[in-house]
Amino acid sequence: MSDTSARATISGSSLAATPLLEISNLNVGFTTQRGVVPAVNGVNFTIMPGETVAIVGESGSGKSTTAHAIIGLLPGTGKVTGGQILFDGIDLATATEKKLEEVRGNLIGFVPQDPMSNLNPVLNIGFQVQETLVANGKATRGKDAKAKAITVLQQAGLGDAEHRLRQYPHQFSGGMRQRVLIGIGLSSTPKLLIADEPTSALDVTVQRTILDHLAGLTREAGTAVLFITHDLGLAAERAEKLIVMYKGKIVESGPSVEILQNPQHPYTQRLVAAAPSLASRRIQSSSRPLATLDYVAPSIAGDVDLIATAEAHAEHTPVTKTLVPSIVVKDLTKVFQINTGKLQRQPFTAVDQVSFTIAKGTTTALVGESGSGKSTVARLILKLDEATSGSITVDGEDVAKLKGRELLALRRRMQPVFQDPFGSLDPLYNIGSTIAEPLVTHKVGGRKEQRARVLELLDQVALPTALADRYPNELSGGQRQRVAIARALALKPDIVILDEAVSALDVLVQAQILALLSELQSELDLTYLFITHDLAVVRLVADNVCVMQKGKIVEAAATDEVFGNPKQEYTKELLAAIPGAGIQLAV
Amino acid sequence: MPSNTPLSPTHFVAPLDETPLVAVDKVSISERKSNLYLDAWRDVRGRVLFYVAGAVIILILVVALFPSLFTSIDPKYCNLDLSNAGPGAGHLLGSTFQGCDIYSRIIYGAGTSLSVGFIVTVLVTIIGVVIGAVAGFYGGWVDAVLSRIGDIFFSIPYILAAVVIMSLFAAYRNVWTLSLAIGIFAWPSVARILRGQILSVKNADYVTSATALGVSRFKILVKHVLPNSVAPVIVITTIGLAGAIVAESTLSFLGVGLGSDSISWGNEISNAQTQLRTDPSNLIYPSIALSITVLAFILMGEVVRDALDPKARARR
Amino acid sequence: MVWYILRRLLQLIPVFFGATLLIYFMVFALPGDPIAALGGDRGLSPALADQLRAQYHLDQPFIVQYFIYLGGIFTGNLGTSFSGQPVSQILAATFPVTLRLTILAVIIESIAGILIGLVSGLRKGKLFDASALVVSLLLISIPIFVIGFVSQFIFGIQLKWVNPTVGDGAPWKDLILPAFVLASISFAYIVRLTRSSVIENLNEDYVRTATAKGLGRRRVIRVHILRNSMIPVVTYIGTDFGTLIVGATVTEGIFNVPGVGRTLYQAIIRGEGPTVVSFVTVMVIIYVVFNLLIDLLYGLLDPRIRYAK
Repeated sequence: MSDTSARATISGSSLAATPLLEISNLNVGFTTQRGVVPAVNGVNFTIMPGETVAIVGESGSGKSTTAHAIIGLLPGTGKVTGGQILFDGIDLATATEKKLEEVRGNLIGFVPQDPMSNLNPVLNIGFQVQETLVANGKATRGKDAKAKAITVLQQAGLGDAEHRLRQYPHQFSGGMRQRVLIGIGLSSTPKLLIADEPTSALDVTVQRTILDHLAGLTREAGTAVLFITHDLGLAAERAEKLIVMYKGKIVESGPSVEILQNPQHPYTQRLVAAAPSLASRRIQSSSRPLATLDYVAPSIAGDVDLIATAEAHAEHTPVTKTLVPSIVVKDLTKVFQINTGKLQRQPFTAVDQVSFTIAKGTTTALVGESGSGKSTVARLILKLDEATSGSITVDGEDVAKLKGRELLALRRRMQPVFQDPFGSLDPLYNIGSTIAEPLVTHKVGGRKEQRARVLELLDQVALPTALADRYPNELSGGQRQRVAIARALALKPDIVILDEAVSALDVLVQAQILALLSELQSELDLTYLFITHDLAVVRLVADNVCVMQKGKIVEAAATDEVFGNPKQEYTKELLAAIPGAGIQLAV
Repeated sequence: MPSNTPLSPTHFVAPLDETPLVAVDKVSISERKSNLYLDAWRDVRGRVLFYVAGAVIILILVVALFPSLFTSIDPKYCNLDLSNAGPGAGHLLGSTFQGCDIYSRIIYGAGTSLSVGFIVTVLVTIIGVVIGAVAGFYGGWVDAVLSRIGDIFFSIPYILAAVVIMSLFAAYRNVWTLSLAIGIFAWPSVARILRGQILSVKNADYVTSATALGVSRFKILVKHVLPNSVAPVIVITTIGLAGAIVAESTLSFLGVGLGSDSISWGNEISNAQTQLRTDPSNLIYPSIALSITVLAFILMGEVVRDALDPKARARR
Repeated sequence: MVWYILRRLLQLIPVFFGATLLIYFMVFALPGDPIAALGGDRGLSPALADQLRAQYHLDQPFIVQYFIYLGGIFTGNLGTSFSGQPVSQILAATFPVTLRLTILAVIIESIAGILIGLVSGLRKGKLFDASALVVSLLLISIPIFVIGFVSQFIFGIQLKWVNPTVGDGAPWKDLILPAFVLASISFAYIVRLTRSSVIENLNEDYVRTATAKGLGRRRVIRVHILRNSMIPVVTYIGTDFGTLIVGATVTEGIFNVPGVGRTLYQAIIRGEGPTVVSFVTVMVIIYVVFNLLIDLLYGLLDPRIRYAK
């Protein structure tokens, strides 16, 4: 990562040239019916040629807005309301559209966030690469453009580039599309590349290889990079300089490692404490037992520290108690029939001979990348799908054989919480009715008792009881997940299946929900099946881990064992992909 | 930690009072409750068009239900002396070729046109919603069969189908058969839209959660899936009502609408075409009545669409 | 693409049989003696009644009758009209005229509709957009036969810019006004559809990326916005074929265009049930085939459809 010349500029001691990008007192506002709402407020920073700078913040912090303002692509009613964006001597904030067109692509490349939506679905890849080259004067239309497009794709790390040119975006995986977008962004060897969360939609291992590749390319060409991310660990690993944004302002900036080791602003401290990648890294690199671990204490009441959460969890873990198996999964297999588009169906084994046991009162994590079959396992255990073969036993009862009243009794003991905070609650049900639905379905208590239970549950998940007659629309993602947890707990189940329940949340909110789950577990003696793609989170909450790959469990062991002494290559790869690997943290 | 090691010169820290920290994920209870339908209702109430279109629709409904409040002239009383007479005493808009009062016939025609509109809409909505819901929600072979049936009915444009039915059933031309003839082939578009909506809603996590609770399939369909899928159906039935009124007039124009003895706007326009060159007002007035009615329902549909479809609201 | 075409063709089979069966069924679901009913109010001459009985093979069971009728469709034997002329012959004479009229109308409505819709979408909320909205709403609200009569009255009778009715052989210049009338309704829908898909496309990520990679605004609009916005419009024009047929029937009636529509219109007015059924059957078949073509075009425009699983 560390380009020596860039290092020099950071330390401030060099006579380095003028900054490539100098943003001073940037203000951006969005016009709404109630007037102009500021989104970015007095932001100052500089990027030196060849330097990599990361802006870190939660959603709504103004980090993406800042990036978009630089290339004059603010969405909707957004406008730069003040300040300067000096790029190579030109003020982009006041430049004409024509001038901006010259700068975009040519001098400033852009790699967008979501590879799924950023390539035009009806045009082939070759066309979209070639038109970039032609528009920026790097190639002439025709054979020349085609030849250069092939080079672009090869450099972006796509094999068989010539054939790829004729394909369409939907024939590419997310990682491949992101490679195309990186190729397009770098195709004119710009002086600056803006990468807006370039890999947050991808699996961790893919993320790692793509970012490594990107780093290699930009280092070679001496391209400066402005890297936008929500992941503090990732930012610190990838950039020399960090800028932390909060509510449209920069709260802290400076050398990455120093900020991680010695965060000054309370908000940065919050972020450091809540980032699972860092917390797990810290646990990892410490040989000391959790209890004596030194960490950044949360400075504001109500803040969550993940290490404290993990610690509390470790204390609760019933190592001393005898372990009673709660869920026993044996040789579970699920085969789907997939339409091939050629008038025939093909079998696809989503879950392949999976076996594991979860002890009462413990947390078992099922980890894997997208398509590994982990969510299918959850659906099978919940009896939302029928298994092709194998057995699932819950508290000694074979799930497959349950019907009618017995099945209803099982459902009462086992409840799920799903990933999507926007899909997990019926938008037309108010919060009270949502939480009461299990009670109504299972005819528990009368109206009054149900209402009382709803209020009690709201209290349990730390939501004000006044929310009972409000609708999901009015809540944030984290609050919705709390409601979903309350609904899952309404019938006092023994087992809760958490299918990516915290994956879609901002880090701080995620940390809060993890803490809540941990509290509830020790309070109610719950058994969790925790399904996630995020190994860092697993480190904090799970007692046992099963790593899944392509429908199979490749490694299963106690959490400490998996993290300390991974046996399988795939597990090692996953572990290495947790961002922040190269960072020395003060522990 | 935080330690007291000196910071490097490039390490900037903003003063805390510039951006005071707010509790993470703070619950702020808004002033107003908000869900799709509550928001839509609020949106609709803030729009002038809603009141304009609503007022016109109510006026036409009153006219249709109580025509005698608006005219004392018998629409079937015709006086050949007044053939094609211009507006005059007692005859606000003049008279037709047959010498009947144009104004009175328009007033009495409203009921027929609206009845067809409403009967068709009810019919289309019932068939479309039941078939679309069952096909979308239960899927599998049920869906395959129902969707093919929908394709078949869709492949015959509903006005053409109505032309065939009405020309075959020439002896039974009344409001009910006409509505049936239009409605029986117009439902597939409702079924298709609802099916598509249900397909996107039925895999939502709240549906899965309800299943995991043990709520029965039918209850899930009625209590969760349908309420979250019907918004576009509400929109197209409002606009479809206008379409049905136009269909009635088109069929009457083609000569396969209501029998010539019944009074409807379509029949009035159809009868007036022969005098277009001599007395265009015979054609113009009923056309205006028809167009205003259709426009009112279409505008209402637009207002409802804007309110119920967040995408449409953004397009405004 | 081959698999896509094959799939679409397979889906067509039940629709084809279903639709023809349905039409045939309607004829025979008539209460009483279908043959007598087919004659309408005027009744039938015994000779014609016998001819119809033979044509519809009423002595056979229903399903046999259906297949005989279906065989007729495939061999071009569509029966004869009351005047004794074979329906297939009438069709052959009138179809080219209707084809010219509808092609002209489709060209007018799609070019004007897409252009105005595009400008509207790009200038959302401006005066142009607002006027286009008002005009399109008015066009949607006024039934086509009113538009037909009024424009015939104004342009043909009052201003005498064009002939009020179409002359012998249906010269192109006479078809222009009817084509405009026929295009008017769908034009309004195409404007609105193009406008909304342009507005949606403007907010698409790939449009922002296209700008970010250095393309000029004109190119972004032409290549990335317009092209993508045309996909739903093409689908719409496909499904709108029904409106076009009915519209053609009405406009041909008004402007006396010697096409399929006018012939159908006259058959309806005269109460010639069998001719109406034959015509509608043929139109439905054309509609089904046309829809297939549009689907294939859709597949060409949108690779996601082409390669869909």
